[in-house]
Amino acid sequence: MHSNKYTFLFAIGISVITAILLAFAAEGLRPLQEANIKLDIKTSILRSIRETTTNRDTIEKIYAEKVEALVINSAGEVISDGHADEIVLKDEFAKPVADRQLPLYVFNESDSIQLYIIPMQGTGLWGPIYGYISIENDFNTVYGAFFSHKSETPGLGAEIAEKPFQDQFQGKKIMSADNFFISVRVVKKAAKTTFSNEHRVDGISGGTITSNGADQMLQKSIEPYLKYFDKLKNAS
Amino acid sequence: MSAEVNIPAKPAKKKDGLFSKKNRKVLSDPLDDNNPVTVQVLGICSALAVTTQVKPAIIMALGVIAVTAFSNLIIALIRNSIPGRIRMIVQLVVVAMLVTLVDQLLKAYMFDVSKKLSVFVGLIITNCIVMGRLEAFAMSQKPWPAFLDGIGNGLGYGLILVIVAVIREFFGSGSLLGFKLVPQWAYDHGYVNNGMMMLPPAALFIIGCFIWWQRSRNKKLINAS
Repeated sequence: MHSNKYTFLFAIGISVITAILLAFAAEGLRPLQEANIKLDIKTSILRSIRETTTNRDTIEKIYAEKVEALVINSAGEVISDGHADEIVLKDEFAKPVADRQLPLYVFNESDSIQLYIIPMQGTGLWGPIYGYISIENDFNTVYGAFFSHKSETPGLGAEIAEKPFQDQFQGKKIMSADNFFISVRVVKKAAKTTFSNEHRVDGISGGTITSNGADQMLQKSIEPYLKYFDKLKNAS
Repeated sequence: MSAEVNIPAKPAKKKDGLFSKKNRKVLSDPLDDNNPVTVQVLGICSALAVTTQVKPAIIMALGVIAVTAFSNLIIALIRNSIPGRIRMIVQLVVVAMLVTLVDQLLKAYMFDVSKKLSVFVGLIITNCIVMGRLEAFAMSQKPWPAFLDGIGNGLGYGLILVIVAVIREFFGSGSLLGFKLVPQWAYDHGYVNNGMMMLPPAALFIIGCFIWWQRSRNKKLINAS
């Protein structure tokens, strides 16, 4: 039987050794991990404009050349044009709409063609869901959408991260004919009569709570950007 | 059934070769006769969760092999100086350290896979196979056999994981390792992927069938429990 003193010293010793080892590992690997997270964000943004490559260099190249990040507020003013990467969407969504800093990504295909990419954040069944939606420069037509999630059920709610669900959004409209905001609604087939075809996509059977979450997320995330879009529309 | 069924006898006095018959048995036993998943029924939780596709299953298996092998090795190296009263906690600290390392490495070098495996890498800490082998084997064996035992048990776990994942990915998504295997004309003629294969219960059925087949084939396992 070991003495109490030995037991304590052993426990302290092994804790210190493992702590030092882990600290070095975490510190040493951090740059690589952060680069991965940044790349993941860029990949998701490009997914929303129908660019599906997974090649690291291609993604970096397209992003660096054509994507511009802005930060606006809900009154439609540009606050800054640099630190969009540093904004934590979850924290912004906890604030009242008027205080939010809203990141907006602009994809400049050419002088006349721009796509406006709005980041989205919402709740699914088991955890957060998030995504990006790109709007054409008529500020009405959806060009593409990308969704992902933390822990939705595979085969059910997790289908929002799959191509068939996301492809439905292409070509949908977010504004009604008399310029009211409707968003693209994620609804059951039975609800087809309520919204016209260009304002709805089919929800996922067996994934109702996730579908409703996506529906809410689209509305809440797009709405604060409308003032800015109005300004751009009037300017042109 | 406990994890201590097959503890080999104390090592003989004369020095064993690195791959003596006994050491080879330590390595190969967990693949069949003493498989951690199908015979000892340990580590089922992660086997259900990470086997919808082959690639995450392989990475998960490699992670578990690394953790069982090196935790066995480390514990066997310091087995005589570990105070008996806190031995479980010491084992847990070593396991947790290795698992955190694996998790960090995955996040740095295989980000997409680590996103798929999500919490299950962290849950290797609570994988009964790891603690089971430390208590049953590494605490009383020399480092080298303990290292082999760790690799063997990791492989035994990984083997089941990959078999289940191959079946689930093929029937659930019509692909293997991401390559489409079921041709488009099959879908055009009404073939549908089996949605149940994407859900955890499918893994339970497959493992159940595997245990059934294994017991009907391996006479040593009959009435073992």
